[in-house]
Amino acid sequence: MSRERVVVAMSGGVDSAVAAARCVAAGWEVVGISLRLAPDGAGSCCSLDDFHDARATADRLGFPHYVFDLRDAFARHVVRPFVAEYLAGRTPNPCARCNEHVKLGLLWERARELGATRLATGHYARVGTDPVTGRHCLRAAADATKDQSYFLFMLDQAALARTLFPVGELAKAEVRAAARALGLPVADKPESMGVCFVPDGDVAGFVERAAPDAVRPGPIVDEAGRVLGRHAGVHGFTVGQRRGLRIAADAPRYVRALDAARATVTVAPAARLRAGGLVARETRWVAGTPPPAGTRFGARIRHRHPPVPARLLAAAGDEVRVAFAAGAGPAVTPGQAAVFYDGDRVLGGGWIAGDLA
Amino acid sequence: MRIYLDHNATAPLRPEVREAMGAVLGEPANASSAHREGARARSAVEAARAEVAALLGARPAEIVFTSGATEANNLALRGAVAARPGTTLVVTAIEHASVLETAERLAGTGVRLRVVPVDAEGRVAAAAVAAAADAPGPVLASVGLANGEVGSVAPLAEVAARLAGHEAWLHTDAAQAAGRLPIDVGALGVDLLTLSAHKLGGPPGVGALWVGPRATLVPQATGGPQERGRRAGTENVAAIVGFGVAARLARERLAAEAAHAAALVERLWDGIRRAVPDAVRNGPAAPPRLPNTLSVGFPGCPGESLLVLLDLAGIAVSVGSACAAGAAEPSHVLLAMGRDPDAARSALRLSVGPTTTAAEVDRVVAVLPALVAQVRGGRAA
Repeated sequence: MSRERVVVAMSGGVDSAVAAARCVAAGWEVVGISLRLAPDGAGSCCSLDDFHDARATADRLGFPHYVFDLRDAFARHVVRPFVAEYLAGRTPNPCARCNEHVKLGLLWERARELGATRLATGHYARVGTDPVTGRHCLRAAADATKDQSYFLFMLDQAALARTLFPVGELAKAEVRAAARALGLPVADKPESMGVCFVPDGDVAGFVERAAPDAVRPGPIVDEAGRVLGRHAGVHGFTVGQRRGLRIAADAPRYVRALDAARATVTVAPAARLRAGGLVARETRWVAGTPPPAGTRFGARIRHRHPPVPARLLAAAGDEVRVAFAAGAGPAVTPGQAAVFYDGDRVLGGGWIAGDLA
Repeated sequence: MRIYLDHNATAPLRPEVREAMGAVLGEPANASSAHREGARARSAVEAARAEVAALLGARPAEIVFTSGATEANNLALRGAVAARPGTTLVVTAIEHASVLETAERLAGTGVRLRVVPVDAEGRVAAAAVAAAADAPGPVLASVGLANGEVGSVAPLAEVAARLAGHEAWLHTDAAQAAGRLPIDVGALGVDLLTLSAHKLGGPPGVGALWVGPRATLVPQATGGPQERGRRAGTENVAAIVGFGVAARLARERLAAEAAHAAALVERLWDGIRRAVPDAVRNGPAAPPRLPNTLSVGFPGCPGESLLVLLDLAGIAVSVGSACAAGAAEPSHVLLAMGRDPDAARSALRLSVGPTTTAAEVDRVVAVLPALVAQVRGGRAA
């Protein structure tokens, strides 16, 4: 009775199943919660099968499991902004938004209503304590190939204090082995990929169905303004993209910019995409305050991309300007997160607004 | 010991039912077979049919056994529409999904559908049903006898009187009413009536449609002579036998069980409102209403969270509507009663039955206020 209660967010997959098992083993009173997010049958996660898998895991491990319907909130915080971002010529990151607002936001509110003192998820990341300041810190997962800290940069001290990532110290193979050893029915369940509410992977089609009146075709031009082709809408493109442009050019061309107001896609040779730096907004720092200007760190500007050596130029309000080390600059994609690392430690991050020359 | 206050979802099997079913399950039982085993099964099915008919004041031959209330509602709506092309369907906004969704599907095939609203207490006005049924050609009106979420009771006899003279059949889903309110098909003036066994303490997976003398339906399951050609398929003999026993017990004990339930529900509500003064009771402020059902909202306290905390405390209740995975959805009944979506999502339904005790109710009253405070505190923190 006196044990502390933890809510474990359960997707129906193996990672959250093992996260729950580790909470049970650690002596927590575990309550498993699955979230109904996408409309029925429309999601590759949170389908009825996933709920049944989560429930079977809970039964096997002997803790209660419930399903909460957060479809409205998911539509408001994740799906509609996702569509709006594509239509505005940006490339959104729905997983990070979902973590912030839904999985680690609203679900935490529910967990607190249920008397829980912690919220655990199956994310691959680690929460640690800074030996000097004693403050909580967010670290990359032990398994670098599975690390999801990029999607969690917005967690502040209060959020880190209440959050458990029980599989963050494990390699994926160890997670599967643990699930098998426990006889969990999801031990060999395949990994979910892509955007969960776009199960067929056709993001452009999803945007068109969601906002058919907002889609505007237009020209594909080079930086001199010469028209090289036509496109069906800027939502079909992402900065840095090469394939699928269907234009005739003497050398490879990449998407350099998307101008939603003019319905224009601008392409350029690869060298022209190398940015000198980036501007990010809605920036959050794990420690609560930005590090001093000039601080050097690694800037990860896409999931699975290695961090690029970079330096903080200025932080004003929640906007930061970051310079890449000379010659290191990658193509910068507005709408993605820029997350700043000191080694495996997340310092903070923000949403990319644009590049710096 | 867990406390089960969700009898409107399914009631525990009555011990007498279990015993009778066990006896049947021990032997082969196809009621259409010519041998002695078949004959025994046939007589068991017909005895059960007589018991189910007796619960309704009906003739046994008018009972069509189905796989449950959902199939019975489908057979009533689809069978009636097929029997009389050009039928206008009239349903109320608070019907069970097996009526509402079936009606909407039929509307999708070109059937004219009219949905009658209800008032803030979940009651439908007979005049409103009659007005909606004022259509050229045949009409099928489907008006649930009692609503399982908020307990409101429809004025069916008055509806029937107002429909007299129209080319209208009146169907009622009595799955939640049976065993809790007296039912007499003659007095109600209906043409079709749906029953479910498992709300009566019978097994799930069996129900019935009573088809009165005025109505003829086109069968929806074909391929056998069972149920006088109205529903093909080998009878689920053990379940039907259990249904029969449950129907007999429900009839014999109706007055006592209804009084027992009503006393417990009032005790529950008195205790809750004393401890949580801003609690809101949904549904009719006064009888007629289902004696065993209490729908209650706690402002600023989502029913979903309260359900989980009660479950963790050993008390099983429900929120108005649930999807296949058990997640709470805004109740269409409460929405139809004019509640906002938050309120429609937050109502807790507590439904008692013959096995519920005063001690159990008192325990719920003792536990609930602290849980409401915990949820509200969690939100405020």
